[in-house]
Amino acid sequence: MATEILMPALSPTMEEGTLAKWLVKEGDTVQSGDIMAEIETDKATMEFEAVDEGTIGKILVAEGTAGVKVNTAIAVLLEDGESASDVAQAASAPAAASEPQAAPAPAAQAKAPVQVNVVEEDLPEGTTFKTQTVREALRDAMSEEMRSNDDVYLMGEEVAEYQGAYKISQGMLDEFGSKRVIDTPITEHGFAGIAVGAAFGGLRPIVEFMTFNFAMQAIDQIINSAAKTLYMSGGQMGAPMVFRGPNGAAARVGAQHSQDYAAWYAQIPGLKVVQPYSAADAKGLLKSAIRDPNPVIFLENEILYGQSFDVPDVEDYTVPLGKARIWREGTDITLVSFGIGMKYTLEAADRLAAEGVSAEVIDLRCLRPMDTAAVIKSVMKTNRCVTIEEGFPVCSIGNHLSAVLMQEAFDYLDAPVINCTGKDVPMPYAANLEKLALVTTDEVVAAANSVLYR
Amino acid sequence: MATKKAKSNTSKEELLHHYKEMLLIRRFEEKAGQLYGMGLIGGFCHLYIGQEAVVVGLEAAAKEGDKRITSYRDHGHMLACGMDPKGVMAELTGREGGYSKGKGGSMHMFSKEKHFYGGHGIVAAQVPLGAGLAFADKYKGNDNVTFTYFGDGAANQGQVYETFNMAALWDLPVIFVIENNQYAMGTSQQRSTSSAEIYERGKSFGIPGEIVDGMDVLAVKAAGEKAVAHCRAGKGPYILEVKTYRYRGHSMSDPAKYRTREEVQKMRDEKDPIDHIRDMLVTGKHASEDELKAIDKDIKKIVNESAEFAKESPEPALDELWTDIYAEAQ
Repeated sequence: MATEILMPALSPTMEEGTLAKWLVKEGDTVQSGDIMAEIETDKATMEFEAVDEGTIGKILVAEGTAGVKVNTAIAVLLEDGESASDVAQAASAPAAASEPQAAPAPAAQAKAPVQVNVVEEDLPEGTTFKTQTVREALRDAMSEEMRSNDDVYLMGEEVAEYQGAYKISQGMLDEFGSKRVIDTPITEHGFAGIAVGAAFGGLRPIVEFMTFNFAMQAIDQIINSAAKTLYMSGGQMGAPMVFRGPNGAAARVGAQHSQDYAAWYAQIPGLKVVQPYSAADAKGLLKSAIRDPNPVIFLENEILYGQSFDVPDVEDYTVPLGKARIWREGTDITLVSFGIGMKYTLEAADRLAAEGVSAEVIDLRCLRPMDTAAVIKSVMKTNRCVTIEEGFPVCSIGNHLSAVLMQEAFDYLDAPVINCTGKDVPMPYAANLEKLALVTTDEVVAAANSVLYR
Repeated sequence: MATKKAKSNTSKEELLHHYKEMLLIRRFEEKAGQLYGMGLIGGFCHLYIGQEAVVVGLEAAAKEGDKRITSYRDHGHMLACGMDPKGVMAELTGREGGYSKGKGGSMHMFSKEKHFYGGHGIVAAQVPLGAGLAFADKYKGNDNVTFTYFGDGAANQGQVYETFNMAALWDLPVIFVIENNQYAMGTSQQRSTSSAEIYERGKSFGIPGEIVDGMDVLAVKAAGEKAVAHCRAGKGPYILEVKTYRYRGHSMSDPAKYRTREEVQKMRDEKDPIDHIRDMLVTGKHASEDELKAIDKDIKKIVNESAEFAKESPEPALDELWTDIYAEAQ
């Protein structure tokens, strides 16, 4: 029977790709293992091999097509003895299961939707924006800082010749050469220590961890050497440097590759900790982090890498460390999040708005120093607060914020603060369990309703 | 021993210099032990007595701009690179006049001015850090080298070999000085280390090295000069496994029951690095007993003054608790 060849998923987080090139044409016979097409993901161009043998009956997606969703039929493969007329049969086969429709929100008690006031940043009038992915923004931040300061260099696994495991450093080896874009062996403890030593010696290293899960191998150097030396030396020397890389859950990579370290590093005096959500913040904060005379932990997120945002098209765009951003103003409740938690938070705020609840959304952006003043100020207005993060619930960022609010804004709270977090379990692999382990928009909406006593 | 025996034609000035430097460390450490006993020094205090020839010999091979970094047994390294005994002793007593304003203590001291990068309390953590200092020098294109000291105990840490690999791969100008005092705290080398000669582990990374008699300051200096020349010439790292011996326990709180009193006494009697140079000075008629006594007196004075300073220097102001956590942008 004629079978459909489907757009393959070529990385854990790939949702769509570009069919860059067909290497077969209709009528060609293929054997298992033959390369049929080149498919471009946001990270790389991959060759796509035939799994079955047969004849290419029809090419359904022309080469050069971008945005082809995973599991879309891209061609039809005919078995021996079948002809082109069999193509139609395959093509009419049911499409891949689509996402079930979200249940309609209960309309009965909903108030009129609230007007959303999205807060724009304090930028000069007439500032234009360009659309950029977080990935591009991070690369631009590093490249700009490396152009302006010869002491800044990048080291890590696969950052140079491979162009970055997640393609953050794409093109940087070409521009800066192997002296400043340095591939390391897979020895996090050792190269993190070497980078800290180089920072003691006057350089400004950027260390890329392929993911922050692997930084646990290096955590002694990060904490005992990088974070504490300024204090232990009575201010004589420290480690001006950035440790960056993807942090938190990616998709379907299981327990050892899915953990949010925000709360771990945020506990350490001597470190600064940044976890951006948008591309603009990724760029502006990374540039500030590279210039900062202290060790900065810069927690990125693989799922956000490919997402596009408006980035101010200004020369030398920086965002100060330690300042929260209010994404939208509201009067009924304060939602506080950071990093990918912002995705669920903004979705929840939209849904709440449709139900007549005006939520103020704060992106902390920086976890150390943490702009608790911005949160307190907001809670004094809204009297209610929910925190949202992907990390574990025990000793979380939300726990800390709750304690701060209890101590400093107790009289303004009309309800206990609720912390929405990932679940208190190692990340499971199974798709349904993984979904359950992560924080969800539904949970944020439910928590908001709970503190609003709705 | 792979190194040459000490040359007898070493100048009087040089011998006297080594003698004074080693004696300063010896007397300083004895005083530190005394102050510890009096409760003026707290926490951990790891004395360098017996190992003096290692740092004094290697410092004699260094030039301005060279860097050094070591573990928590660091008092000798600081004195040998020219740091002020007063500032070191006052750090031991946790006073304002200490190198880290009293906030680092015995194990965590630094001097940017003297290119001394610590003073690190985590066994072997200083090894990649030292390679990183060398990385910075190479990056900047100067010909300085970094002396990265660690013990036979640290030599079993994984990060040492991660560092050997990268130092060799990138030809970093780093001299790995293994101060083999034969005991990783209380565990002898035979019980902790699979290889009899630790420097040989460097061979699998292509790093040359040798064993050095660490009780002979002239042998250490000669080996140091060879290693320094190798590094300055851009040939990459070099390993010196310096066989030495600590007379005291691992720290002040170690009763050292893992070795016999006789073993220690034998080393003191037969191999003491200071007696060795003293003998050379006397037999070579470079110095009379009276001259040497005068030197001893001078050293004792320096050490006593450092102890007085360390006692009199006030404790750090209470607001020092909150300083030096973050550097301000320039």
